Amino acid sequence: MNATAETLNHTSEASNTDFSLFDQQFNERFDERFEHKMKEREANHTPSMTIISTKGTLDMAYPPFILASTAAALGWDVEIFFTFYGLSLLKKDLDLSISPLGNPAMPMKMPMGPEWLRKTDIKIPNLVMAGVPGFENVATTLMKKTMENKGIATIDELRELCLEAEVKLVACQMTVDLFEMSKDEFIPEISDWIGAASFLPKAQQADVSLFI
Amino acid sequence: MNTNITQTLDARNLNCPLPILRTKKALNSMQSGDLLAIQATDPGSVNDLEAFCKQTGNKLVSSEAAGDEFSFIIKKS
Repeated sequence: MNATAETLNHTSEASNTDFSLFDQQFNERFDERFEHKMKEREANHTPSMTIISTKGTLDMAYPPFILASTAAALGWDVEIFFTFYGLSLLKKDLDLSISPLGNPAMPMKMPMGPEWLRKTDIKIPNLVMAGVPGFENVATTLMKKTMENKGIATIDELRELCLEAEVKLVACQMTVDLFEMSKDEFIPEISDWIGAASFLPKAQQADVSLFI
Repeated sequence: MNTNITQTLDARNLNCPLPILRTKKALNSMQSGDLLAIQATDPGSVNDLEAFCKQTGNKLVSSEAAGDEFSFIIKKS
Protein backbone atom coordinates (compact mmCIF):
# COMPACT_ATOMS: atom_id res chain seq x y z
CA MET A 1 0.00 0.00 0.00
CA ASN A 2 2.75 2.36 1.01
CA ALA A 3 4.78 1.48 -1.98
CA THR A 4 1.88 2.15 -4.34
CA ALA A 5 1.24 5.53 -2.76
CA GLU A 6 4.89 6.38 -3.14
CA THR A 7 4.85 5.40 -6.81
CA LEU A 8 1.75 7.50 -7.40
CA ASN A 9 3.30 10.48 -5.68
CA HIS A 10 6.39 10.05 -7.74
CA THR A 11 4.46 9.86 -11.00
CA SER A 12 2.43 12.98 -10.30
CA GLU A 13 5.57 14.91 -9.35
CA ALA A 14 7.22 13.86 -12.59
CA SER A 15 4.28 14.94 -14.72
CA ASN A 16 4.10 18.23 -12.83
CA THR A 17 7.69 18.87 -13.82
CA ASP A 18 6.88 18.00 -17.44
CA PHE A 19 3.97 20.40 -17.51
CA SER A 20 5.90 23.29 -16.02
CA LEU A 21 8.64 22.73 -18.58
CA PHE A 22 6.06 22.67 -21.34
CA ASP A 23 4.46 25.84 -19.93
CA GLN A 24 7.76 27.60 -19.83
CA GLN A 25 8.63 26.63 -23.40
CA PHE A 26 5.18 27.56 -24.59
CA ASN A 27 5.36 30.96 -22.93
CA GLU A 28 8.78 31.70 -24.36
CA ARG A 29 7.65 30.69 -27.83
CA PHE A 30 4.45 32.68 -27.44
CA ASP A 31 6.30 35.84 -26.38
CA GLU A 32 8.63 35.49 -29.32
CA ARG A 33 5.81 34.99 -31.84
CA PHE A 34 3.72 37.71 -30.24
CA GLU A 35 6.48 40.26 -30.61
CA HIS A 36 7.08 39.17 -34.19
CA LYS A 37 3.38 39.36 -35.06
CA MET A 38 2.98 42.78 -33.42
CA LYS A 39 5.93 44.15 -35.41
CA GLU A 40 4.44 42.69 -38.58
CA ARG A 41 1.10 44.28 -37.79
CA GLU A 42 2.70 47.64 -37.09
CA ALA A 43 4.63 47.52 -40.37
CA ASN A 44 1.48 46.78 -42.36
CA HIS A 45 -0.64 49.34 -40.54
CA THR A 46 -1.49 52.54 -42.41
CA PRO A 47 -1.71 55.35 -39.84
CA SER A 48 -4.87 57.42 -39.95
CA MET A 49 -6.02 60.82 -38.73
CA THR A 50 -9.36 62.52 -38.40
CA ILE A 51 -9.70 66.26 -37.83
CA ILE A 52 -12.74 68.26 -36.78
CA SER A 53 -12.44 71.74 -38.27
CA THR A 54 -14.74 74.28 -36.62
CA LYS A 55 -13.28 77.73 -37.37
CA GLY A 56 -13.62 79.76 -40.53
CA THR A 57 -11.08 82.55 -40.14
CA LEU A 58 -7.91 82.84 -42.21
CA ASP A 59 -5.58 82.06 -39.31
CA MET A 60 -7.58 79.03 -38.18
CA ALA A 61 -7.86 77.68 -41.72
CA TYR A 62 -4.18 76.81 -41.74
CA PRO A 63 -3.83 74.13 -39.02
CA PRO A 64 -6.30 71.60 -40.49
CA PHE A 65 -5.03 71.91 -44.06
CA ILE A 66 -1.33 71.93 -43.10
CA LEU A 67 -1.69 68.89 -40.83
CA ALA A 68 -3.88 67.02 -43.30
CA SER A 69 -1.66 67.60 -46.34
CA THR A 70 1.49 66.73 -44.38
CA ALA A 71 -0.04 63.56 -42.96
CA ALA A 72 -1.13 62.55 -46.46
CA ALA A 73 2.45 63.11 -47.66
CA LEU A 74 3.59 60.75 -44.92
CA GLY A 75 1.26 58.13 -46.34
CA TRP A 76 -1.53 58.43 -43.76
CA ASP A 77 -5.25 58.14 -44.44
CA VAL A 78 -6.79 61.50 -43.54
CA GLU A 79 -10.33 62.77 -43.19
CA ILE A 80 -11.43 66.28 -42.17
CA PHE A 81 -14.93 66.86 -40.85
CA PHE A 82 -15.97 70.49 -41.37
CA THR A 83 -18.63 71.77 -39.03
CA PHE A 84 -20.05 75.15 -38.04
CA TYR A 85 -17.78 77.98 -39.26
CA GLY A 86 -15.28 75.41 -40.51
CA LEU A 87 -17.65 74.95 -43.46
CA SER A 88 -16.45 78.33 -44.82
CA LEU A 89 -13.21 76.56 -45.72
CA LEU A 90 -15.07 74.44 -48.26
CA LYS A 91 -16.67 77.32 -50.17
CA LYS A 92 -15.92 77.64 -53.87
CA ASP A 93 -14.94 81.27 -53.31
CA LEU A 94 -12.62 81.38 -50.35
CA ASP A 95 -12.98 84.84 -48.87
CA LEU A 96 -11.38 84.34 -45.49
CA SER A 97 -10.45 87.12 -43.13
CA ILE A 98 -8.93 87.53 -39.70
CA SER A 99 -9.91 89.68 -36.80
CA PRO A 100 -7.30 90.93 -34.34
CA LEU A 101 -10.21 91.83 -32.04
CA GLY A 102 -10.58 89.23 -29.32
CA ASN A 103 -7.38 87.63 -30.62
CA PRO A 104 -4.87 89.10 -28.17
CA ALA A 105 -2.02 86.73 -29.02
CA MET A 106 -2.01 87.81 -32.67
CA PRO A 107 1.02 89.97 -33.46
CA MET A 108 0.26 93.12 -35.44
CA LYS A 109 3.22 93.71 -37.73
CA MET A 110 3.79 95.65 -40.92
CA PRO A 111 4.85 93.46 -43.87
CA MET A 112 6.52 96.47 -45.53
CA GLY A 113 8.68 99.42 -44.57
CA PRO A 114 12.04 99.52 -42.80
CA GLU A 115 13.34 96.53 -40.83
CA TRP A 116 12.69 98.09 -37.41
CA LEU A 117 9.03 98.69 -38.29
CA ARG A 118 8.53 95.13 -39.60
CA LYS A 119 9.78 93.77 -36.31
CA THR A 120 7.68 96.03 -34.11
CA ASP A 121 4.55 94.54 -32.62
CA ILE A 122 2.10 97.42 -32.90
CA LYS A 123 -0.27 97.44 -29.95
CA ILE A 124 -3.67 98.66 -31.02
CA PRO A 125 -6.41 99.40 -28.46
CA ASN A 126 -9.50 97.19 -28.66
CA LEU A 127 -11.61 100.31 -29.08
CA VAL A 128 -9.85 101.11 -32.36
CA MET A 129 -10.07 97.50 -33.59
CA ALA A 130 -13.78 97.39 -32.84
CA GLY A 131 -14.70 100.93 -33.81
CA VAL A 132 -12.75 101.80 -36.94
CA PRO A 133 -14.64 100.64 -40.05
CA GLY A 134 -12.55 98.50 -42.36
CA PHE A 135 -10.02 97.62 -39.66
CA GLU A 136 -10.44 93.89 -40.29
CA ASN A 137 -9.97 94.35 -44.03
CA VAL A 138 -6.68 96.13 -43.41
CA ALA A 139 -5.54 93.47 -40.92
CA THR A 140 -6.46 90.71 -43.40
CA THR A 141 -4.59 92.40 -46.25
CA LEU A 142 -1.51 92.86 -44.08
CA MET A 143 -1.62 89.24 -42.89
CA LYS A 144 -1.93 87.95 -46.46
CA LYS A 145 1.01 90.12 -47.49
CA THR A 146 3.12 88.81 -44.58
CA MET A 147 2.31 85.21 -45.55
CA GLU A 148 3.18 85.86 -49.18
CA ASN A 149 6.51 87.41 -48.15
CA LYS A 150 7.37 84.36 -46.09
CA GLY A 151 6.50 81.82 -48.77
CA ILE A 152 3.50 80.43 -46.88
CA ALA A 153 1.04 78.61 -49.12
CA THR A 154 -2.41 80.10 -49.63
CA ILE A 155 -5.45 78.23 -48.28
CA ASP A 156 -6.60 77.58 -51.87
CA GLU A 157 -3.24 75.99 -52.60
CA LEU A 158 -3.23 73.84 -49.45
CA ARG A 159 -6.81 72.70 -50.06
CA GLU A 160 -5.89 71.76 -53.62
CA LEU A 161 -2.86 69.80 -52.32
CA CYS A 162 -5.08 67.99 -49.82
CA LEU A 163 -7.48 66.95 -52.58
CA GLU A 164 -4.60 65.85 -54.78
CA ALA A 165 -3.29 63.70 -51.91
CA GLU A 166 -6.75 62.15 -51.48
CA VAL A 167 -7.55 63.71 -48.14
CA LYS A 168 -11.26 63.09 -47.58
CA LEU A 169 -13.24 66.27 -46.96
CA VAL A 170 -16.61 65.69 -45.33
CA ALA A 171 -19.10 68.35 -44.33
CA CYS A 172 -21.67 68.67 -41.57
CA GLN A 173 -25.22 68.35 -42.85
CA MET A 174 -26.73 70.02 -39.79
CA THR A 175 -24.68 73.22 -40.22
CA VAL A 176 -25.95 73.71 -43.77
CA ASP A 177 -29.53 73.32 -42.57
CA LEU A 178 -28.94 75.55 -39.56
CA PHE A 179 -27.52 78.51 -41.48
CA GLU A 180 -29.68 77.85 -44.54
CA MET A 181 -26.70 77.57 -46.83
CA SER A 182 -26.93 76.19 -50.33
CA LYS A 183 -24.83 73.17 -51.25
CA ASP A 184 -24.02 74.92 -54.55
CA GLU A 185 -21.77 77.35 -52.65
CA PHE A 186 -19.38 74.53 -51.83
CA ILE A 187 -16.70 72.73 -53.83
CA PRO A 188 -17.94 69.56 -55.54
CA GLU A 189 -15.03 67.53 -54.12
CA ILE A 190 -16.79 67.20 -50.74
CA SER A 191 -17.03 63.44 -50.46
CA ASP A 192 -19.96 63.28 -48.07
CA TRP A 193 -22.50 65.30 -46.07
CA ILE A 194 -22.69 63.62 -42.71
CA GLY A 195 -23.60 63.98 -39.05
CA ALA A 196 -21.83 63.30 -35.76
CA ALA A 197 -23.01 59.68 -35.68
CA SER A 198 -21.27 58.95 -38.99
CA PHE A 199 -18.09 60.78 -38.07
CA LEU A 200 -17.47 59.38 -34.58
CA PRO A 201 -16.96 55.72 -35.60
CA LYS A 202 -14.23 56.91 -38.01
CA ALA A 203 -12.60 58.98 -35.27
CA GLN A 204 -12.71 55.93 -33.02
CA GLN A 205 -10.66 53.92 -35.51
CA ALA A 206 -8.14 56.72 -36.15
CA ASP A 207 -4.67 56.84 -34.60
CA VAL A 208 -4.81 60.62 -34.29
CA SER A 209 -7.95 62.69 -33.84
CA LEU A 210 -7.88 66.46 -33.50
CA PHE A 211 -10.41 69.19 -32.78
CA ILE A 212 -9.45 72.51 -34.35
CA MET B 1 27.95 62.38 -57.55
CA ASN B 2 25.77 64.74 -59.58
CA THR B 3 25.59 62.31 -62.44
CA ASN B 4 23.64 59.91 -60.23
CA ILE B 5 20.92 62.41 -59.35
CA THR B 6 17.71 61.39 -61.11
CA GLN B 7 15.70 64.50 -60.34
CA THR B 8 16.15 67.85 -58.65
CA LEU B 9 13.63 69.87 -56.66
CA ASP B 10 13.91 73.58 -56.00
CA ALA B 11 11.98 74.20 -52.77
CA ARG B 12 13.70 77.51 -51.98
CA ASN B 13 11.53 80.28 -50.54
CA LEU B 14 8.81 77.76 -49.73
CA ASN B 15 7.66 77.31 -46.17
CA CYS B 16 6.21 74.44 -44.13
CA PRO B 17 4.61 72.17 -45.28
CA LEU B 18 5.33 72.87 -48.96
CA PRO B 19 8.88 71.44 -49.12
CA ILE B 20 7.57 68.10 -47.79
CA LEU B 21 4.57 68.07 -50.12
CA ARG B 22 6.71 68.87 -53.16
CA THR B 23 9.21 66.19 -52.11
CA LYS B 24 6.44 63.61 -51.86
CA LYS B 25 5.13 64.63 -55.28
CA ALA B 26 8.58 64.42 -56.86
CA LEU B 27 9.20 60.97 -55.34
CA ASN B 28 5.88 59.71 -56.72
CA SER B 29 7.16 60.07 -60.27
CA MET B 30 10.47 58.30 -59.53
CA GLN B 31 11.64 54.68 -59.50
CA SER B 32 12.93 52.74 -56.53
CA GLY B 33 16.63 53.47 -55.99
CA ASP B 34 16.48 56.85 -57.78
CA LEU B 35 18.09 59.87 -56.10
CA LEU B 36 16.27 63.15 -55.54
CA ALA B 37 18.26 66.30 -54.79
CA ILE B 38 16.38 69.03 -52.92
CA GLN B 39 17.31 72.64 -52.22
CA ALA B 40 15.44 74.53 -49.51
CA THR B 41 15.62 77.70 -47.43
CA ASP B 42 13.12 76.73 -44.72
CA PRO B 43 15.19 75.85 -41.61
CA GLY B 44 12.32 73.58 -40.49
CA SER B 45 12.87 71.38 -43.53
CA VAL B 46 15.99 69.89 -41.91
CA ASN B 47 14.00 68.12 -39.19
CA ASP B 48 10.90 67.67 -41.33
CA LEU B 49 12.65 65.86 -44.17
CA GLU B 50 14.40 63.59 -41.69
CA ALA B 51 11.05 62.72 -40.09
CA PHE B 52 9.46 62.32 -43.52
CA CYS B 53 12.12 59.82 -44.60
CA LYS B 54 11.90 57.89 -41.35
CA GLN B 55 8.13 57.56 -41.68
CA THR B 56 7.97 56.77 -45.39
CA GLY B 57 10.96 54.42 -45.49
CA ASN B 58 12.92 56.50 -48.02
CA LYS B 59 16.60 57.02 -47.26
CA LEU B 60 18.01 60.45 -46.43
CA VAL B 61 21.43 60.07 -48.05
CA SER B 62 22.72 63.52 -47.14
CA SER B 63 21.62 66.71 -45.42
CA GLU B 64 23.86 69.76 -45.65
CA ALA B 65 23.59 73.39 -44.64
CA ALA B 66 25.46 76.19 -46.42
CA GLY B 67 24.58 79.64 -45.11
CA ASP B 68 20.83 80.12 -45.43
CA GLU B 69 20.41 77.24 -47.85
CA PHE B 70 19.94 73.58 -47.19
CA SER B 71 20.50 70.72 -49.59
CA PHE B 72 19.34 67.16 -49.26
CA ILE B 73 19.60 63.93 -51.21
CA ILE B 74 16.91 61.30 -50.80
CA LYS B 75 17.04 57.77 -52.19
CA LYS B 76 13.63 56.41 -53.05
CA SER B 77 12.84 53.10 -51.37
